[in-house]
Amino acid sequence: MTDKIVLEIARYEPDRDQVPRFENFEVPFRKEWVVLDALNYIKDKVDGTLTYRWSCRMGICGSCGMMVNGEPKLTCATFLSSYGRDAKIRVEPLRYFPVVRDLVTALSDFLVKLQKVKPWLIRHDEVPLAAGEFLQTPEQMDLYKQFSMCINCTLCYAACPVVGLDQEFVGPAALALAQRYNLDNRDQGSEQRLGALAHPDGIWGCTFVGECTRVCPKHVDPAGAIQQYKLKAAIEWVKSFVLPRGHEDHREERRKEAA
Amino acid sequence: MSSQAAPVEFHPRWFRKRVSTWWWLGEWHYLKFILRELSSLSVAWFVILTLFQLRALLYGAEAYARFAQRLQSPLMIALNAVAFCFLLFHTITWFNLAPRAMPVRVGGKRVPEFLVAAPNYALWLIVSVFVGWLLLRRP
Repeated sequence: MTDKIVLEIARYEPDRDQVPRFENFEVPFRKEWVVLDALNYIKDKVDGTLTYRWSCRMGICGSCGMMVNGEPKLTCATFLSSYGRDAKIRVEPLRYFPVVRDLVTALSDFLVKLQKVKPWLIRHDEVPLAAGEFLQTPEQMDLYKQFSMCINCTLCYAACPVVGLDQEFVGPAALALAQRYNLDNRDQGSEQRLGALAHPDGIWGCTFVGECTRVCPKHVDPAGAIQQYKLKAAIEWVKSFVLPRGHEDHREERRKEAA
Repeated sequence: MSSQAAPVEFHPRWFRKRVSTWWWLGEWHYLKFILRELSSLSVAWFVILTLFQLRALLYGAEAYARFAQRLQSPLMIALNAVAFCFLLFHTITWFNLAPRAMPVRVGGKRVPEFLVAAPNYALWLIVSVFVGWLLLRRP
């Protein structure tokens, strides 16, 4: 007989439940199984109404993020065996997000915030295709590469208490992605992003708890990205007092570059 | 502009949990963060103590003796010991966070984090040794 392990899963049916409730499921304990395998087993064999998001099973798509024993985790990369044979594993939807049903969270807030920081290459001059590709040295790529590894799994949002306390806070992933484009030498949009970033709901909302970086499955270090941008914004602000003319010239230069 | 998206059709009722005032108590990482924030109070405490020390110095030897006497009470010793522990915690965590905010690059490569933090610790040690020497040498 195979060993069993109990999963305590948060269930929420909007038509029936006022608040989420927990339901226990017994699943086979297999060494090679991750939490997502156990959820798929439940949906296949025990209760087909269990609702959750998943897709790639290999830590690329970023859709299977859930709270596992109170920690934001990609369930496709969290082994049952890491909790021990007798442990009870509690699976909940990602914290601080509105719950749509069972383990599915509403991502609309996040998507609105993500759009705010314009996470795409912004060019003032469109270079004709005939001019060839933008060449980039390994050093230039290295500046932003770490921040480009984000898979939008939103684990960092579930880890950040500021996200929970202040629903207007843009949040770690979006700020790190903004920095990813700011540091890309093909991009000319940092001025356009400044308004949303150097704002009480942007970088200045961050209190540097650092949990976003700890839970990130892709080692993006959003906390680092935000602190680096804080330093840059503060230096720019001081420069505008100390070197008002120089600063102006600098802006003029950038404007010309933009034109 | 509000970033709050309204529930849409077919999602009749979203469940949104309110964050408790005591959110920082349940998890060690959060508690550590709050303790770090609170440690700034001990920094302020030592600044105030130094100001009072200067004031006592200004009022002469007798006033200074009274100030020193007060510092010897068990309550003050306990308070200062706790504040000192918090101060150490504040300093160490601050130095450890420095490399995250300042990614130093040499020759296009990022310098390892401990090499960015190390000069802070070295400087701290040098200043501490100097201050110790200043206080402990025979007049």
